[in-house]
Order: sequence, then structure tokens, then C-alpha cells
Amino acid sequence: MTAPLLTVDHLRIEAARTGAVVVDDVSFAIERGEFLAVVGESGSGKTAAARAILGLLPPGLRRVGGAIRLDGEDLADIAPRRMRALRGRSVGMVFQEPMVSLNPAISVGAQMAEGLALHERLTRGEIRQRCLDMLARVQIRDPERTFDAYPHEFSGGMRQRIMLASVMLLKPKLLLADEPTTALDTLSQREVLDLMVELARDHGTAVMLITHNLGLVSRYAQRAVVLRQGKLVETGSVRQILSAPREAYTRQLVDALPRRRAATGPRAAGEPLISVRGLKVAFGGRQRLFRRDADVAAINGVDLEIGASETVAVVGGSGSGKTTLGRAMLRLIPAAAGEIRFQGRDVIATRDRAFRLASQLVFQDPYSSLDPRMRVGEIVAEPLRHVPELSSSERDRRVASMLDEVGLAGFAQRWPHELSGGQRQRIAIARAIVRHPSFVVADEPVSALDMTIQAQVLKLFERLQAQYGFACLFISHDLAAVEQVADRVVVMQGGRIVEQGSRDDVFDRPQHEYTRALLAATPVLDFAGQAAARASG
Amino acid sequence: MKWRINTVIGGALIGLVLGTAATAAFWTPFDPLRINLKARLHAPSALHWFGTDEFGRDVLSRLMAGAAASVVVALATVLIAVGVGVLVGGVAGYLRGWTDRIIMAVNDALLAFPGILLALAVMIVIGANKSGLVLALGLAYIPSVARVVRGTVLSIREKEYIEASRVIGNSEFYSMLRHVLPNAIAPVAVLATSMFGWVLLAESALSFLGLGVPPPAPTWGNMLAASRPYMETAAWLSIAPGLCIALTLLGINLLGDSLRDSFDPRMAHG
Amino acid sequence: MLGYLARRLAMTIPTLLLVAVAVFTLVRLIPGDPVQVMLGDNADPAQAAQLRAQLGLDQPVPLQFLYWLGKLATGDLGHSITNNLPVLPLILERFQVSATIVLVAVGLAACIAVVAGLVAAWKQNSALDLAIVGGATLLLSIPSFWLGLLLLLLFGLKLKWLPVIGYVPFSENVWQATLFMVLPIVTLTAVEIGVLTRMARAASIEVLRLEYVTHARAKGVPEWLVLGRHVLPNAFAPTWTLIGLVLGHLLGGIAVIETVFTLPGLGRLLVDSIFARDYPVVQGCLLFTAVIYVVVNLIVDLCYPLFDPRVAVA
Repeated sequence: MTAPLLTVDHLRIEAARTGAVVVDDVSFAIERGEFLAVVGESGSGKTAAARAILGLLPPGLRRVGGAIRLDGEDLADIAPRRMRALRGRSVGMVFQEPMVSLNPAISVGAQMAEGLALHERLTRGEIRQRCLDMLARVQIRDPERTFDAYPHEFSGGMRQRIMLASVMLLKPKLLLADEPTTALDTLSQREVLDLMVELARDHGTAVMLITHNLGLVSRYAQRAVVLRQGKLVETGSVRQILSAPREAYTRQLVDALPRRRAATGPRAAGEPLISVRGLKVAFGGRQRLFRRDADVAAINGVDLEIGASETVAVVGGSGSGKTTLGRAMLRLIPAAAGEIRFQGRDVIATRDRAFRLASQLVFQDPYSSLDPRMRVGEIVAEPLRHVPELSSSERDRRVASMLDEVGLAGFAQRWPHELSGGQRQRIAIARAIVRHPSFVVADEPVSALDMTIQAQVLKLFERLQAQYGFACLFISHDLAAVEQVADRVVVMQGGRIVEQGSRDDVFDRPQHEYTRALLAATPVLDFAGQAAARASG
Repeated sequence: MKWRINTVIGGALIGLVLGTAATAAFWTPFDPLRINLKARLHAPSALHWFGTDEFGRDVLSRLMAGAAASVVVALATVLIAVGVGVLVGGVAGYLRGWTDRIIMAVNDALLAFPGILLALAVMIVIGANKSGLVLALGLAYIPSVARVVRGTVLSIREKEYIEASRVIGNSEFYSMLRHVLPNAIAPVAVLATSMFGWVLLAESALSFLGLGVPPPAPTWGNMLAASRPYMETAAWLSIAPGLCIALTLLGINLLGDSLRDSFDPRMAHG
Repeated sequence: MLGYLARRLAMTIPTLLLVAVAVFTLVRLIPGDPVQVMLGDNADPAQAAQLRAQLGLDQPVPLQFLYWLGKLATGDLGHSITNNLPVLPLILERFQVSATIVLVAVGLAACIAVVAGLVAAWKQNSALDLAIVGGATLLLSIPSFWLGLLLLLLFGLKLKWLPVIGYVPFSENVWQATLFMVLPIVTLTAVEIGVLTRMARAASIEVLRLEYVTHARAKGVPEWLVLGRHVLPNAFAPTWTLIGLVLGHLLGGIAVIETVFTLPGLGRLLVDSIFARDYPVVQGCLLFTAVIYVVVNLIVDLCYPLFDPRVAVA
């Protein structure tokens, strides 16, 4: 057996100023051509561990102990010049945020060529040809044009392909991929990762995929390393880790994956709580000097019914119009055509006040949805100012019991910035529920949270829904979460509904091609237990 | 926490200036206006710490009185500029649409005059005296405040917590008062701090040109202007008032920096 | 790209019109009758009426404005009251002096500041960074006219290296002219380095924490190229927009510098005309400065896409 490509021994990274330990005595190895996943939630030190390999720790962090060996060469105390020769050439790196990982001021071609020019002796023509070939290889439609274009002209998925192309151009022995698809929608995620695997196989490149997504781990990786708060929790084959985790934390991670609950029976026929007919939303075209561009239809004729205390999930890729639909149903965005009826009354024409007071919204980003200058108690109490019959002592009691129900009793005097993301999202949910609404739009309510926190917040949301019986429009790109919470599923593409039906019909007997593509792209745990659950579900 | 030192030095300097200004309102070592032709151009001594000027007036007393004049002018100016600027910028950012476009068009046209020039122009109309100076400088700096406030209001209105307020059923006006304004205070406070510095500088520049507070009333600016003929023989006359302006500005700049750092959202989120 | 140019150009037209209205209104607001000012207190009423008609002052105000605007369009800014010279050539002659100083000073300040800011950001929180930030803050706090006086005192009066008072045009003696320009330029450069360095440092810090910088390093790009190719151009864009503001600020503040160094520039012309109540010249100077400021900012904005390709499309 040959020596591993990369070994990391007793790595220790500290914050220079506070001395806080970010990575604590972590050891692992990567074989040649292997696909290793490094799994962890925020604060696990997974990114710091990967960056330490290339000596690219962010300012403020420093490696204080441990050895890193690539091909037997010690990278820990290597001369900067030698390290630069290894960067890109032997070890490539793909970053998370496609919007900021390419330089906006330099053309795509020049950025791709930069690495080649540094590490290989080629003529300009050869470099250009190699770049064009690689762009074609990552399925960019017009390589010639792409080569001369600037990054801002491309979507996130395209940029991530360009990034992948520019890194793989140098045929590195090891590819570090730090959450490369977290910012992408399900379909692009699948395409980019499939490409990554193919290219790695072609060049014999080993891949270290840093991710929080166990679904991706099970689909792509052979081995996994689980990190938590800087410490190594467990290493092993993916199959073993996912199906028979040895450590409690790993089990907690696996258990946090959304599971399908038993289907609810068909709803009693009757008047739906909300019905939407022929809803259209148009975004005004850009105002030019003398004319306006044509309007763009964001929602193009949507019909939808939601029964009382029913959860309808809206799924679709980015640009499908699912977020716009939620905002339009709450009348936050004006409708261009169509009607919305709430308990039988038309609420668009009449600007129905009762509907405004009976509906609520939970946002995706818990950091920007809470006013930073209000205390938690004030935030949760604010909706009650429109319930005049409540006395101020009753109001205080309601707020306190609501905070208690979301598990944050005694937090009333805190400021939002003192809370974690999960706690903030609980506050946002408390604010939405405190007035006992009959309809809640939840716009990707858990996708900004860590996995274990996601599971807790989803569970909380389900419990509150059972308790207060509000109807819910659950907008999500995460089919696994949808599978757990939804009664019915609506699939949107390009501003239209392409398929809707009961959860089991949509998941088990998808009719539309786009639904099938979405389902196929969704990473699910691919081991016996889960597969059985799916078959019997 | 290396920026703490900013707060300490800046706070000390500004405290010193404010304290001196307050003291000068009640007491100065000598009458800053009393002419004593027997004691012309005396170098600094135990009696006259900063010497005497061409009319034998005590420079320290004049510097103290000048501090009072400058602080009053700068504070009054900042109050006017921030008060009106917040109102104008807030209305533009709140109403948007055509009101906003018209207000901002006028605003941008006024911004096309460098602040000090605009003040100069207004001074021509209302005449050179202390209240004219305050009015002129105040008017000159309103457009910059209005622009910052409008930008801040517009960007806060895009935040999700404003949308949350609408979903709750709050009126736009209530959201503006309860959510937008409190969050706009921080940038306005930072702006007001640096503006205090700009105004002080503009005031002394105008006085230096002879277009500010008219002599014999002492200000740091007109003391500098009056010192020019004696620059070679009585250098203290040129050095002392300039040093006062520079130290005050340094204090403001340091204080402004630490204020900005403490309001930085990246700092708040840790 | 052409769309951006057209839009940006179109935006300046209402601004320029409003600038004209503002200047026109301002001069109307000045207390006192301009005719009386021009002819003195004991003027012959018939003569006054004639002058009034000649100046168009007997017309309704909106008409006067249009008449004035019409003359503006032909470059006619009226005549000086003190010496009856046409205003525009007078302004242009004085402007050459001011423009030379300001342009050289801003150019020098920008070059020094961008490098200093980049280095400070690169070595953030080091002693070098502290020294650069401290120095910049100190320069920012020194009033230009005081610095000018001190430099004059040191190099002119004590060391006698440079001439103290006066001015020689470049057309007469290039060496002499340069000597007279050194101190004003050094003064303005020093003052502006403060603002620009702090801006360049802040912008560079923003850019340095972006992933594409790490991406460049991860490709094996040497550090000087990372800074020069990836950080500098992106950090320069916000600094560049500030340069327009700094130029305007200097045009406004140039009067004090010209007073300190007794230079016959535009700012000095304005101040002298105010004292002489020569309102056509005052009006002309204000208008000219505002127009220059608008044009400079127009040029700055038009050049912006060179540094940031995103703007051309957005």
C-alpha cells in the first residue's frame, strides 16, 4: 500500500488575538484519487482545516501545531516560494460564494490563464486553447465568448463551473472544495458536483469536499471526517458513518435529516381558506431614458388553494417565482391580474384589513428580519399592537408564554445581535405566531441554519402548527424538508405551476419532467435503511 | 482593542476644547479685547503664556475666547444642517417617487458648489457676522446631510424587518418612526461628528479670508490671518491658533473613527 | 456602454440648469441696487435708467433669467464693474493658476495615498499600519492654510530656499514659476493625502477579505501580483469616485491657499471681487466653479467603467 497523498497530523489552529482554539488536534489522511468529505456545522473548523493545507488561513488565525504532509513533503514550515509553486499546481481550491470568488475587474479568460501562465511554459495561443477546451469540457455553451466576458455576466451555477474549469486546468493532485454548491439551487448543485467528480476521475485528482450536507456526502464521497467545534468526532467510510454512526453527535446529525412523516388523510371537502385564481405578477422593466423595457412576468397565471391548517409546499429552482408567489399572496407585491380570496372574500380589491391581520410571514434570513434596535420582547409584542382588546398585562403574558413556547423563556430583554441564528429564527417564528394567524407564509425558514438547528426549528414549527392550526405556504428549495412538513406540494418553474398534488403523489409518482429532474438532483441518504423507508413511504 | 486609544485621545482633546470654551464664557486671564500698546508683540512669558499680539492683547485669552466662538458656531451650524438635512432627506426617502426626484435634483445642484463656496455666497447675501456665518454654513452643509439620510433611509427600507413590520399591519408612517429612524441614527451621528470638524475648518478658513466673524472679536481663523505680517518676528502668533484648530480637528477625527467602529455592523455581530 | 454614457450625460443637464438658477437667484438676493453700486450714490436718475435698460433690469425677472441664460450660452458672463473687462477671459486666465496647482496636487496625493492605503491594509493592525493611519489622520487634521504658513515660515523665511511672495507665469520663466508653485502644491498634497489614504485603506481592506483574493493566492499567484492585479484595481474604484469630490473640495478651498501664497488664482479673484462688490465677477466665479465641479464629476463617472466592468451593464 502506497503512502497517502495528504496526511494531516494533530493539526491545531488558534485565533491569534484571543487564543481561542479553532481546530483542536485533528488528524486525517486522503488517498490518491479518493473522494473525502469533511462534514461539520458552523464553528466546526472545517474551513480553517482546509485552508491551513495551503497556508491560506484568514488573518487572525494561525496554525500553532501539527504537521501537514503532501506526497511526503512537509507543508508546515515550507518556504513561501515553494508553497506558491504547490498552490494551484498540486492543490487546487474551489470556493463557496460564486458571486465573490471571481475577480469582477478581470475577464474570465485572463483569470483562467493566470494559473497556467504561472505554472507551465506555454505560448499564449496554447494557453488560450487549453482554456477554451476546458470551458467546453465543463459544458459552457460558447467558450470563445465566455473567455472574453466578465464574471458578472454569468449566473451562480455558470460561475462555479468557470471556477471549477480554471482550477482543474492545472490537473492538481488534490482539490479542496469548500461548500462549492451551497449557494446554488438543487439542479445546478447536481450539475456542478457531477462535473467535479468526472473531472477528478479523468485527472486522478483526490477531492476533499467540505460540506454540511449529508445528502451530498452519501452521494459523492467514499470516506468522511466529522468535525465538531474544532474536534474530530469520527472518521470512517460513508456507509458506516451514515448507517451505523459510532458517536452520539454523528447520530444526531443523521437523525437531523428530514424524514417523511405519515401522510395526512384527504382533507374534508369544503371552502378553502385561501384560493388564488389566475394570479399574475409583473416586475416593471428598467426605466430607460425615453422608454421602459417590457415588463417581466414573475408569476404568470397561478391557481392555488390552501385549506385551513394545511401545509402547502412550493418548490422550484431559483427564478421559478416561488418567493414572489409568497409575497404576492400576502399583498406585499401588487398583483397584475387575478384574484386572491380569503374565507371567500376578495382581498385584493378591498385591501382587506382582516386578511392582513390574519396572515404572517417568516423570513429566510434571521439576521436581517429582526430590527437590530429593538429588544426581543418588543419584537414579539409588536404584532399585538393591532389587537386592541388585549390589556397590557395580558399582552405581556402572551409574549412571555410565546417566548416560552419557542424555548426562549426569559429572553425578552435581549438584543437580536446577542442571539444565534437558530434563536433568531425562533424569535421570528414567535413574532409570526403571537397574534394567532390563520395563514403563515414561511419563505425558506430553515435554509440559513445549521443542520441540527434546522431539525429543531422544523420540529418547533410543526408543533406550533398542530397547536394553533394555521395554514402554511412553505416555500423551499430543499425537497427533503418539504417531504417532512408538507401535506401538498406545488412545483413551480418559470412563474407557472407545472405540477401540484399530494405530497406522496408528487414525490413517488412525479408527472412532470421538471419535478423528476428536481427529485433526481436532490441528494438523499443512499443506504439501506433510508432506501427501505422510501420504498415503503 | 487598539482603537480604544482613539476614543481616549479624541475624547480628551474634545473635552479640553469644550471645557476651555465653557470657561471662556465666564473667565479669561485677561480681557481678550483690551488693547495695551505698551505690551505689543511680547514673546511668551510667565505673565502671557502665549505672548501678546500686535495690539498687546493677551493671546491665551484670545485663544480661549476663540474656542468659545468656534464651538458655538460649529455646534449651531451642525444643529441646523442635521435638523433640516434629516427632515429633507427623510421626506425624500419616505415619499420616494417624484417628490424624491425633485428634492434630490435641487440637492445635487446645491452639492455642485463646494460647501465653503456655498457658504461664501450666502454670506454675501446676509452679511458677515456670527449669526450670518452660522446660517451660511448651515445652509451649505444641508445638502450633504440630506443625501446621506436619504440613502440610509432607502437602504433601511429594503431590509426584511421593514417588510416584517408591514406584514404585522403597521402603517408605513409607523414603520418609518419605529424602525427606520432609530436605525438611521448611527450613520447620522457619525456624519454629524465629522461635520463638526468640517464646519470648524470652514469657519476658520472664512475668518482667515476676512469673510467670517469680523474682528476685533477673536476667532482662531482671524487670529491666524492677522498674524501674517508678523510671521517672521512673532512666530507664536501664527503657531498657537493653528495648533488649536489642528488639535481640535484631530480630536474630532479620532472620536469620529471610534464612533464609526462602534456602529459597524460587523463589530456588532462579532 | 453607450447607454451608460448617454444616461450620465443626460443627468447633468438638469443639474447645470439648477446651478444656473441658483447663481442667478443668489445675485438677485444681494441687498442693494446693482445700478447704484455701479454708478455710486450721486448718480443721475436718467443715466441710471439707461444703465438699467442696458442691463435688462427693467424687464420681469423670469425674462431677465432667460436673457442672462442666452448670454451664458454664448460665453458672455458680463463685464467686471471694477475694470470693465469681460468676465470669462478674466476667469479663464486665473483658472490656469488654480487648475495647475490642484491637478498636480491631486495627482501626487492620489499616487501616494493609493500605495500607502494598500500597504496599510495589507499589513492591517501592524505597527506600519498604525503609523500610516496615524499619519493620515494627523494630515487630515491640519488646516491647509496653517500648514502653508508654517512651510512658508520654514522654507521661505528661515531657510530662504524658496521665494515667499509673488508669482511668475510658466510662459515667462519655467524654473521661477516652478519655485513659486512648490509650496502651494506640497501643502495641498499633504492635506489631501490624509483623506485619500484613509479611503484607499478602507477600500483595500474590503477587497482583501473577498474570496477572489484568496482564490488568486490559491492559484499560486505571488503576493505582489495579488496586490497589484487583484486588489489594487478593485480597491481603486471607490477611491477614484472620491477624487472627484476632493477636486471640488480643493476648488472651494483654493482661495485660502492662494491667499497664503499670494497667487493670482480663481479663488483669490472671487474673494477680491466680494470685497470690491464686483458682482458680475462673483457670479461668474461661482458659476464657473460649479460647472467645473459638475464636469469633473462627470468625467470621473465616465471613467468609472474602466475600473469596474459591472457598471457598464448595470
